[in-house]
Amino acid sequence: MKKPVVKVDVVNASSKDSKNSRRKFIKLSGLGIAGSSFLLYGCSEDDMFDPNAPVAGPDPQPEPEPEPEPEPEAFDLGSGNLGILNYAYALEQLEAEFYTRMTEGAYYTGLADDSEEKQILEDTWYHEVIHREFFKTAISAVAPDDILPDLEFDFSSVNFDDRQSVLDTALLLEDTGVSAYNGAGKLIDVDAEMGGTYLLLAGKIVSVEARHASAFADLALGTPTAFARDEVLVSISGVGPAFDKATPPADVLAAAGGFITTEFTANQLPTE
Amino acid sequence: MSFIKILDKMSDNASFDAKASRRDVFKQFKSFGKGAAMASIPFGLAGMSKSTKAANAAFTTNAMQASPTDVLNFALTLEYLEKEFYQIGLDTDGLIPEEDRDVFGLISKHEDDHVAFLLAALGDDAVEKPTFDFTGGPGGLNLDTFENYATFMALSQGFEDTGVRAYKGQAGALANDNTLLEYALQIHSVEARHASKVRRMRGQKGWVTGGDAASNGLPGVFDPIYAGETPESNLVQGGVDLSGMFDDFGGNQAIQEAFDEPLTMEEVLAIGGFFIVSDDGSDG
Repeated sequence: MKKPVVKVDVVNASSKDSKNSRRKFIKLSGLGIAGSSFLLYGCSEDDMFDPNAPVAGPDPQPEPEPEPEPEPEAFDLGSGNLGILNYAYALEQLEAEFYTRMTEGAYYTGLADDSEEKQILEDTWYHEVIHREFFKTAISAVAPDDILPDLEFDFSSVNFDDRQSVLDTALLLEDTGVSAYNGAGKLIDVDAEMGGTYLLLAGKIVSVEARHASAFADLALGTPTAFARDEVLVSISGVGPAFDKATPPADVLAAAGGFITTEFTANQLPTE
Repeated sequence: MSFIKILDKMSDNASFDAKASRRDVFKQFKSFGKGAAMASIPFGLAGMSKSTKAANAAFTTNAMQASPTDVLNFALTLEYLEKEFYQIGLDTDGLIPEEDRDVFGLISKHEDDHVAFLLAALGDDAVEKPTFDFTGGPGGLNLDTFENYATFMALSQGFEDTGVRAYKGQAGALANDNTLLEYALQIHSVEARHASKVRRMRGQKGWVTGGDAASNGLPGVFDPIYAGETPESNLVQGGVDLSGMFDDFGGNQAIQEAFDEPLTMEEVLAIGGFFIVSDDGSDG
């Protein structure tokens, strides 16, 4: 296991050249997802706040600015355990925002208050808000200058009035959360300060995400074995499928990036 | 390596010097009804083997970090238990209603796979399957586990929620072996999917709702599944006291639901001891 020191100045030290940093991120994530995410390509502030803007395809042209204005540098998640914490915080921001928007949609507001379905949705909303605020508090305590800022999201692909659209997205987010925490566990440096605590925390949260995923699978798919269906599990050494996935951050960010409009980079996350 | 050897290695003095805590459990037995008559029989770890008591004398006061092999054998023992439990359940005519057989069939298959995986990983170091008694006889209980579907479901929830907490509690012991840590995490969250499903089938929330059995829809004798050194009612995470911070988001109830808590190896073995007759397949 790598033992990088958690540097509080990693972000300032990173990527003077933001184009270069983007290129590195693309390399990290694999080119297959180019265009799926604002994450990969910076866009101006104006683009970001224009709801009608297309969801950022890659700019086919190199930017031919003769005198480029200095672009604001994208936030980088950082290295070592701080990077992993910011990574988890990004995912929890995404989940919490999704469920918050959900509570304003006609599907959720139309559910009977005493229905099991409403209870599952409401509880999950609470849990994800709590996770988000927990990370905000915990990261602020150890690295107040290097915490991921509040992210902006684009949920235009979700119809919050439609049961299936909401449940499919919830299931995707929860299954992704499970595989993300499973993949992040080994990246946590337990020899660094608080490292053991962070690993345990990842364990405390991932099983709750899995409990959510189990519930949303039932609601979204409605089959008896949806809760731990073969399609979402993998085999190891020819045994299975009986294991959840463990997905590296680059792949998770590529998949989740479609919902995230705020540009940030993940250039320094540990990879083993 | 035998199961008892693992017990000997894993147990710290906290498991044995706690007469008071044993007395607490007896109280719970009484509240459980018929089991109370059996309460004078030592249960769990202390009741499992004379050798554990002898070994106790040599224990240091500090809990030892288990080796990866010990952790895998610990996991294997739990998976043996779950595997046999579901196999007997599925093989018992009339126990599991037709509409639920797919659910328990899938869970059973996963537990079979987890056993196969751990056996392959451990090779010659694997412990043998203990003899299980799912009536809880070794713990002084007399459960109608395979005659009453409600009891079967209750035990299923208990085993799955225990499994989640057990794997979580060993993450630190595997932290320096990235491969094993990741495999353990990949099993851990599958146990949580199972737990959520069974809980909801029982009319419970899919997430753990409190630090004792009653708040999770189980009789008091199952308290150790939700209690422990870090009980499921814990509200302090990473040194941050979250209590009272989320009154608009479900309050403290939601906080405890939002984080699952670990059990120590000793705590898990004490729970398992309710159902383990011996470590070598013979009565004893």
